[in-house]
Amino acid sequence: MSSNYQLKRVDFIFKDEKDWKEILKNNINRPPQELINELISSELKGRGGAGFPTGLKWKLTAEVDDMTKYVICNADEGEPGTFKDREILSKVPFKVLTSMAVCGHVIGSKEGYIYLRGEYFFLQPELNKAICEFEQYCQEINFDFRIRIFMGSGAYICGEETALFESMEGKRGEPRNKPPFPSNFGYMGKPTVINNVETLAHTYTIFEFGAKRFYDLGVQYSRGSKLFSVSGDTPKPGIYELELGMSLEDFVDEFGDGDTKAVQVGGASGFLVPRKRFGETTIGFQGKLTGISLPTGGSMMLFNSSRSMYNVLDNYLEFFREESCGQCTPCRVGCQQLLNGIKAVKRGEKNALYLDKLLRLTETMQYTAKCGLGQSVANSFSSIVENFREEMIY
Amino acid sequence: MAKKIKITINELTVEVEPGTSILEAARETGVIIPTLCYHKDLCVAGNCRVCVVEIVGQKRLSAACATPCDEGMDILTNSFKVRNSRKHIIELLLSEHNADCTRCYKNGNCELQKLASDYKIMTQDFIRLVPLKNYTIDQFSPSIIKDDSKCIRCQRCVRTCEELQGVNALTVAYKGDRMKIATFFEKPMNDVICTNCGQCINHCPTGALVEKNYIEEVWDAIADKNCHVIVQTAPAVRVGLGEELGYEYGSRVTGKMVAALKRLGFDAVMDTDFTADLTILEEGTELLTRLKRALVNHDPDVKLPMATSCSPGWIKYIEHMYPEYLDHLSTCKSPQQMFGALAKTYYARARNLDPEKIVSVSIMPCTAKKFESNRPEMHDSGYRDVDYVLTTRELAIMIKQAGIDFMKLGDMPFDRLMGESTGAGVIFGATGGVMEAALRTAYELVTGRNVPFENLNIMPVRGMEGVKEASIRIENPLEQWAFLDGVELKCAVAHGLINAKKVMDSILSGKSQYHFIEFMACPGGCLGGGGQPIPTSPEIRRKRAEAIYAEDLGMPLRKSHQNPEIVKIYADFLEKPMSEKSHHLLHTKYSPRERF
Repeated sequence: MSSNYQLKRVDFIFKDEKDWKEILKNNINRPPQELINELISSELKGRGGAGFPTGLKWKLTAEVDDMTKYVICNADEGEPGTFKDREILSKVPFKVLTSMAVCGHVIGSKEGYIYLRGEYFFLQPELNKAICEFEQYCQEINFDFRIRIFMGSGAYICGEETALFESMEGKRGEPRNKPPFPSNFGYMGKPTVINNVETLAHTYTIFEFGAKRFYDLGVQYSRGSKLFSVSGDTPKPGIYELELGMSLEDFVDEFGDGDTKAVQVGGASGFLVPRKRFGETTIGFQGKLTGISLPTGGSMMLFNSSRSMYNVLDNYLEFFREESCGQCTPCRVGCQQLLNGIKAVKRGEKNALYLDKLLRLTETMQYTAKCGLGQSVANSFSSIVENFREEMIY
Repeated sequence: MAKKIKITINELTVEVEPGTSILEAARETGVIIPTLCYHKDLCVAGNCRVCVVEIVGQKRLSAACATPCDEGMDILTNSFKVRNSRKHIIELLLSEHNADCTRCYKNGNCELQKLASDYKIMTQDFIRLVPLKNYTIDQFSPSIIKDDSKCIRCQRCVRTCEELQGVNALTVAYKGDRMKIATFFEKPMNDVICTNCGQCINHCPTGALVEKNYIEEVWDAIADKNCHVIVQTAPAVRVGLGEELGYEYGSRVTGKMVAALKRLGFDAVMDTDFTADLTILEEGTELLTRLKRALVNHDPDVKLPMATSCSPGWIKYIEHMYPEYLDHLSTCKSPQQMFGALAKTYYARARNLDPEKIVSVSIMPCTAKKFESNRPEMHDSGYRDVDYVLTTRELAIMIKQAGIDFMKLGDMPFDRLMGESTGAGVIFGATGGVMEAALRTAYELVTGRNVPFENLNIMPVRGMEGVKEASIRIENPLEQWAFLDGVELKCAVAHGLINAKKVMDSILSGKSQYHFIEFMACPGGCLGGGGQPIPTSPEIRRKRAEAIYAEDLGMPLRKSHQNPEIVKIYADFLEKPMSEKSHHLLHTKYSPRERF
C-alpha cells in the first residue's frame, strides 16, 4: 500500500441536511418491497459487528405473517472501545427514529423499542424528548408507530440479540438457542427486526440519497462507510466515519503515534493485528479474495510499544470471565481457564506449552459456545498469544 | 401430516417428522449422543454443550438437543472435531466440579462421572477451579443438601422447580464465573419457599443436590437393644425399590421388600397403606360432614372444595402460596404421620411397649416427608411421631450395605396390627389414587352400592394428564344421606405443583366449582416422588403407575372400609371416624408462611 494514500473521510451520518420529516413521509409512502430492494441493492451489512445483510433481515421479517411484530434498536453498546452509538443517539436521534418507523412500515410493525445501555442513562431525557416530537409528527401524518426506551442494566451479554429479548421480557439476560431466529421468533416470541443504532443511521442515509451513493463507497463485500471509535495510543482519539475496505496500514499512518505496535480491531471480541500484518490487513467484512479482512463493530484500539500485550489479554479475559452469562460450559469455564491459564504460565506454574493447550481450547470455544460471546473469545486470545507469545511467558 | 424430512446421521439416511431435534433423530436411529442438561421432563436448555454434533458444511458445531433437523442435513456425531470438542467440554466441567467421587453420595449414579468414565478423562490438564471459590454446603434443610461445588450449572433443577413445580425456589444468580444456582437472597433452603419435594434431586445429574440421609441413625437405632424399631413403607416404595436393586422399571417387589426389612433387623415391618386406608375413612367422613354442613345447614363458614393433605410438599406449597386457603385443606394428617402417632400410642399399648423406647422409621418415596416428620405439629403421641424418614434410595443403600441379595429373597407378609391394607391404600402411590380410594368408600357409604365403574377402576382420575376432572352423580342414597340425592360430586386431581397452581388459580378466579380435590406435589404422584430411584421420566413413571394399579387389582380387598384392621382399630381404640381421639392423634392444622 502506498503511504501517500489518503483515508477517505466520509460525512453521512452526522450530516443533517434534509428534514427528517420529509424523509419519513416520502419513505412510508413507498411500497415495502421497493424499500427492501433498495436496502438489498445497497449491500448494507449490520454495523454491530456480525455483518448480517440488513435488507435480507427486513425482508425475512416482512415475509412472516403475524399481526404483531417489533422493531428494536440495539443501543446496548457494550463492546470495550466502542462509543459511536452514544454519539449517534445524542447528535442525530431522528435518523434512528425515522429508520425504525420506516422499518415498521416495511415489516408491518407498530411498535419500536430502543434498548439503551444501562450506563447511557444520561441520554434518556433528550432521547425521550426526541421520541415525543417524533411521535407527534407521526400522529400528524397519521402514521401509527410508537417508540419506547427500554433501559438495560449493564450486562454486556444483553447486546446479544436474543439475550436482549430475554432481558426485555423481564428474564435473565441469557442468549437463546438458535434457530428460531428473531425474524420468526424474537421479542415476546414475535417476528422482530433488531438493528444496531449505526445500521439504522445508515439505512437513513440510503433512504435519503439512494442505495447507489452508499454502494459506491467501500469495496466488494464491504460496501459503504462506517463509524470508527478510535482510542488507545493515538494523538487523535475520537469518532470518524471512514470508508470500508481501508488498509490497516493507512489507518495507522493516519491515527498512530508513530510507535504503534498493534491494533485491536473490533474490541475485546475482535482481533489483535501486530505491526508486521498491518499491510495485509483490510477493515471490512470477510469474503475478500486475498489478504485478511477483519470485521469490526467500530472499535479500533491502538497500542504502542509501552504496552504489555500480556496485560491487554489479561484485561480482556477478566472482562469475558465476568461478562459471560455463565449458562454454557465452553464460555463460562473456558474463560476462567484461559485467564487462570495465562496467569499460571506467567508465574511459571505451567510451562509454555500450556499455551498451546489453551489455544486448542479456544478452538473448542469457537465451535461449541452457544452465542457470539463465547465463540469470539478465541479471536483476541489466539491473535494475541500467537503474535506475542514471548510476552505471555516472560 | 407434514412431509417427513430426510437427513443423514453418520452416513445413515433417516426420515424424521418435522420439528424433530437432532438428538431425538439420533436416538431413533440407534446413535447415542451424550447429554447432561437435557432431560425428558424439561424444556430444552442447550447449555452444557456436551451433545454437540457436526453438521457438514458448518464451521461451528451444533447442540443436538436444541437443533431441529432440516432437510438434507448431513450430521456427524463422532467426527474428529466433535470428539475433541466434547472431550474438552467434559474436561472443563470436571475442572469446575468438586470431583471428590469416592466421598460423594452420588458415587456410582452420577451422569458426569459416567461421562468422565466413558471418555476416559485420565488427566487433569486444566486448572482446578474449585479451590479458587468459596463454596459452602447448605445443609440446613431437613430434606435437601445443596453443594454448589458439585454443581455443573446445567439448570435442570432450576427448570424442574419452575416448569414441573412452579415454585421457583431455585434460580440462577450472578453471571460469568460467579454464576450459580441460588435461592432467594441465597438464604438456606429451609428458609425459603422450597417445598422439599426433592424433584430437583431427582433431576440433578451430579451430587450437587442430594437428600439428607439418616441411614447411620437408623442403623444405630437397630443396633440399640433398648430400642424397638418399627418401620412403615409407603405404597410407592414397592414399585420403585426394585429399580435400585437390579429390577426393571415398575417391578413390584412388595414381599421381597418386607423380607429385606426384616433381615435388616427392624422389630416390626408394617405398612403405610394401613393408615392410607385410615385416611380414607377420616377424610371421607370429613368431606361428607362438610357437604352436609354446606347443603343441609347452609353454613357459610364451611370450606369447599376440600383439598387432600397427604402430600407434605403440597402442604408447604399452600402454606407459602395460598395461605388464605389453608382452611380448605382436610385436617387429616398424612398417612405417614397418622402411622407415627398410632405407633407410639395404639401399637405401643397393644404390644405393651414403652412408647419412649419405640423408634419409628418410615420408608418414603419422598424427601418432603423428612421435613414433615420434623414439623412441630407432629408430636401428638407425646413424642416425635416419626423419628426417621428414609427415601426409597436410602433403603436400597441399606439393603446393599447389609449384603442382602435382594433378588434371591422370598416374599414375606407385613406384620399384623398395622400391616393389613387394601387396594385402595396401595393406589395412594399414584396420582388420582387418593381420589379413587375416597370415592370407592364414600360412594358406598352413601348409597350402599359400589362406585359405578367397572372393577371399581375409576378411570377418569387415572393417567398422567396434569389436571384430571371427574364427577359422580349420587342417586338413591341411603336414608341418612338423602340430602345428597341428585348431587353431582365434582372432583379434580392435580399432580406436580405447577398443576396444583393451575387448579388453585382457577378456583381463585371462580372458574371452577369443585367439591373435592386431590393434590400431589410430584409428577405422577408419589411414584414419581423426590425420594424415588433416579432417573425419572414420563415413561418410567407410567410403568410404576401400571405396577401400582396391578397391585391394587391383585388385592383381595379393594375398599378401605373393608380393611379388617381398620375395623379393629375403630372398635378397640379410635371409636369412630372424626372421634375425639382421632382428632387428637390423626388431625392437625397448618399455618401461613412467607412467600419467598
